[in-house]
Amino acid sequence: MAILVDKNTKVICQGITGAQGTFHTKQAKAYGTQIVGGVTPGKGGSKHPDAELADVPMFNSAAEARAVTGADATSIYVPPPFAADAILEAIDAGFPFIVAITEGIPVLDMVKVKRALTGSGSRLLGPNCPGILTPNQCKIGIMPGNIFKPGRVGIVSRSGTLTYEAVKQTSDVDLGQSTAVGIGGDPVKGLEFIEVLELFLGDPDTDSIILIGEIGGSAEEEAAEFIKSEAKKGRSKPMAGFIAGSTAPPGRRMGHAGAIISGGKGKAEDKFEAMRSAGIAIAPSPSALGTTLLGAIKG
Amino acid sequence: MNIHEHQAKELLEQFGIPAPKGFVAFNVKEAGEAVQRLPGPVYVIKAQIHAGGRGKGRFKEASAGEKGGVRIAKSREEIEQAAEQMLGATLVTEQTGADGRVVNRVYVTEGVDIDRELYLSALVDRATSRIAFIASSAGGMDIEQVAHDTPEKIISVSIDPASGYQAFHGRRIAFALGLEGKQVGQCVKLIGDLYKLVLDKDMSMLEINPLIVTKGGELSCLDAKFSFDSNALYRHPDVMEMRDLTEEDPAEVEASKYDLSYVKLDGSIGCMVNGAGLAMATMDIIKLCGEEPANFLDVGGGASKEKVQAAFKIILSDPSVKGILVNIFGGIMRCDIIAEGVVAAAREMEITVPLVVRLEGTNVELGKKILAESGLKITPADNLGDAAEKITAAVKEAA
Repeated sequence: MAILVDKNTKVICQGITGAQGTFHTKQAKAYGTQIVGGVTPGKGGSKHPDAELADVPMFNSAAEARAVTGADATSIYVPPPFAADAILEAIDAGFPFIVAITEGIPVLDMVKVKRALTGSGSRLLGPNCPGILTPNQCKIGIMPGNIFKPGRVGIVSRSGTLTYEAVKQTSDVDLGQSTAVGIGGDPVKGLEFIEVLELFLGDPDTDSIILIGEIGGSAEEEAAEFIKSEAKKGRSKPMAGFIAGSTAPPGRRMGHAGAIISGGKGKAEDKFEAMRSAGIAIAPSPSALGTTLLGAIKG
Repeated sequence: MNIHEHQAKELLEQFGIPAPKGFVAFNVKEAGEAVQRLPGPVYVIKAQIHAGGRGKGRFKEASAGEKGGVRIAKSREEIEQAAEQMLGATLVTEQTGADGRVVNRVYVTEGVDIDRELYLSALVDRATSRIAFIASSAGGMDIEQVAHDTPEKIISVSIDPASGYQAFHGRRIAFALGLEGKQVGQCVKLIGDLYKLVLDKDMSMLEINPLIVTKGGELSCLDAKFSFDSNALYRHPDVMEMRDLTEEDPAEVEASKYDLSYVKLDGSIGCMVNGAGLAMATMDIIKLCGEEPANFLDVGGGASKEKVQAAFKIILSDPSVKGILVNIFGGIMRCDIIAEGVVAAAREMEITVPLVVRLEGTNVELGKKILAESGLKITPADNLGDAAEKITAAVKEAA
């Protein structure tokens, strides 16, 4: 069934009347995602102004939307000042899966959110991420559906557009994807590489995995360590990987709040080395993700 | 966003956190006047730039004298002489790069007798997703060096955001720093007040290096380096007011006006890309092809004509740019619209260097057609690898 989302996933949108929420919810609906409701406080019971979303029931709160529709996932397009509140509301409403697309949430807001996730039954993807897509079944977020092809490669990435690059390249070599997950570039976020890799390793529909990281932090090293220890237990799948930012100078933040080499830590070469030692095939160039994985599968 | 030391000290004062008294001066007269408001007999004049290592730094101009950016004075005349020499001069430290920074303001503070120098900082720790304090008995030194050579001298204490700061956090730091007697209580209060400051102002990093114990046995923040979460500035107009644009790269400031994320680098190939990860990957692949990127530039989600135009302008303001690579993975953005933006901008800007454009996403064929029919010298590329090879070849050929 791929991971996290499939054709049975019922999705609502928090911030459905905003420009982003409207546009991307329409796209998700057109892709075939089950969009069962929307939340905009104060607009519950009204009709969405956009004709394509006029049949989507609207609610004042995430809890109400979940209770009435039985939704099990929510996509959040609420502007940054109110986004943490929306995520906390979704956790409180008991949503098992929360996808926060919003970019630019203050990091201390996310510190609170992260604490609230501990011990809750919710999984958060993002924020500042492109979302998740299981080809021909469910799309939550902003990924372009047209580059996907149903297949058996699991893709996990910290970067949005590089996720698309991996998707396109695996489609071009006819492998296709089970699910693609963009975890986002913020330093404090929900799902990390390890949690997604665990799901891919356990997923019968995923045969191989692409992992795309970038400079900064140590999540890639931890992911490599995890892959290594799982392999010792006999759990492994062919993997290819790439780290963006080997040309980035230390101390300069490269767009993503997380992408910075500081104190000699977070360098691309260390991450490449960690991945190599875990048996992950390194793409020699970001344009060779698909072919490198193909090589890894053929052994 | 970073602020100056004197601004950080003002924030410390607002939160009741002990630090030596001082006054900022933008000219020699103001510097001299500080004498009347400080106890003396020793004063310290500190150059205010957004970079560390000031004391060990050197000025480019001979007129600024042999000494670094932190000077001791014992009279009004000596203060004025130090200010006279430093103001308007260029200070080069290990953090400024060879160009250095022009000193536009100095901070005149009271001299303090130091018994011990300690290190203290706070930041958002990714590993725990919490605010963590890092402390070390090796103060006044480069903490990264300490972490490397003697990691046992550093302790880290993270604070659960649910229960907040507790006295035991402060005690752990105090005992690790070897504080004793009433200093332990002082430290518990100091860490608590700093935690409140970090939370109240959405700071991303706070560094007190050194935190000192005076000869009189009191804790005091001798230096302070603060940076703030740029995503949270909207709720801190008081912090925004402290921004000093003269400390930032003019091209990066210009880029931020258009919501573009730009970092100047040393190479010759200008890059315009959507998405930070893809932008870094584009830089990497240029290097793999044997050239160096001139910049990192992320145009973000909506690559509108205005944004593309502004991006071209910023890229071309760098005289070392010998070619430009545009790499847009449009996703659900339509490539024809992006192509129109690129053509319009390229036409108005009269770009003379080679321009390679790689588009991907919806309506990609139409986008390529618009580029081809524009009559401009735009080389289309089919994928990332193809784009990098084409631009590096074009630049080599032109050279």
